[in-house]
Amino acid sequence: MSSWLTAARAVGVAVAARHAADVDRHARFPQEALAALKEQKLLGIMVPQSEGGGGASISDIVAICYALGQSCASTAMIYAMHQIQVSCVVRHGVRSAWHRAFLKRLVGEQLLLASATSEAGIGGDVRSSLCAVEEHAGRFSLAKEATVISYADDADALLVTARRTPQSTGSDQVIVVVPRDGYSLERQQPWDALGMRGTCSHGYRLAARGESAQVIAVPYADVQAYTMLPTSHLVWSALWLGIASDALAKARAFVRAEAKLKPKVTPTGSLRLTQASILMQAAKSTLAASLRQYETALTSEDKLATLAFAVAMNNLKVGTSQTAVRVVGEALQICGLAGYRNDSPFCVAQHLRDVHSATIMVNNDRILANTASLQPALREDPDFLA
Amino acid sequence: MQTRIRTLLSESEWLKVNAKTLTNDADLYAVGLTSHATIELMLALEEAFDIEFPDRLLRRGTFSSIGTIAEALAEIGVQQDAA
Repeated sequence: MSSWLTAARAVGVAVAARHAADVDRHARFPQEALAALKEQKLLGIMVPQSEGGGGASISDIVAICYALGQSCASTAMIYAMHQIQVSCVVRHGVRSAWHRAFLKRLVGEQLLLASATSEAGIGGDVRSSLCAVEEHAGRFSLAKEATVISYADDADALLVTARRTPQSTGSDQVIVVVPRDGYSLERQQPWDALGMRGTCSHGYRLAARGESAQVIAVPYADVQAYTMLPTSHLVWSALWLGIASDALAKARAFVRAEAKLKPKVTPTGSLRLTQASILMQAAKSTLAASLRQYETALTSEDKLATLAFAVAMNNLKVGTSQTAVRVVGEALQICGLAGYRNDSPFCVAQHLRDVHSATIMVNNDRILANTASLQPALREDPDFLA
Repeated sequence: MQTRIRTLLSESEWLKVNAKTLTNDADLYAVGLTSHATIELMLALEEAFDIEFPDRLLRRGTFSSIGTIAEALAEIGVQQDAA
């Protein structure tokens, strides 16, 4: 186990889990957990060693998200979203002096990055922007109606998508890194949701400005396809399975308590627990295999760019989100009234509310429809296991 | 081959401009080619040239310009002068 994972686990158990219920109740930012993650220097671990970071791999991050997901879903999601942004700058900003300097600063000051990709009027398709980067004499400005910027009030920098120029088509986008002193936020729609309440995913009117060098030169289409999409689906899957695993641990404890109470009788919930653990095993295996697939593909842009790879990552997202929701549901059924009651140690109410975000955020139905439209181009894989 | 690809594009509604005005290296995505249209384009190419794209060529870059499409077709074995 990496020392990062050990540290993250300790933060999860000792800090995040302790405040999870309060974070949920008040829909507030999990400041204690994020402060502890910063204190443990866990925000810059993915930055290459050449820029002062730890050079952590995607596997390291995925493992941390799984661990945090078991303690506080909102903390895990915020950490995951931060690392998705970091991975984009690390991979696509490497040739730019401005971005390398920013990464050094990120490590030194443990900057928390947030994402401003969603926008009013684009129908939820982040591969299309209305707002545009307006450049003049080496400076830029942009204004965006962001329907959601998670934890924006507590972030230290934003990654914002926009059309490359005011003349560009909607899909000709770039992504811009904007540190805190380069933007202003006007809160619009407040975040009061079923679950993931601590992510504080309010809507904002965003105005940003800065140097043109802050724009990542690589088209956002490539940043999204090669890095943002696979990283998102891997880290999210990990934390959703973390939530499900914690719920299943409660179900397991419940079944064990039953077994102790009536030693000669197999507890009612045992069969359902067995079925739920089969689901978990399959989902974990898919996550581990997808992780390997991404790490292999990272060695070649050609592999990352294939349709087959994108579909595999989308399938991972849809599959694990469905499984996580189902497993938490099974845990509730196993624990019965004890799982349903808020005042019981077997309560899985928050798990249930949090995990339902999994199929909603980047709506599974949209992903399925997208993959469905690609089916005419997809092939079977005759060389599996070859 | 480029002429045939250009004709195919110009007869479709995938682009926001007339394909006849495009150079071989013009970025098709910048002139409106969507991911959905890319699939239609791929299927139309398979039909027109009687070929099948292998998995490794099914990526965004393959369909980014008339030139890259021609390169991919050549790689699969379509003759340069195929009309």
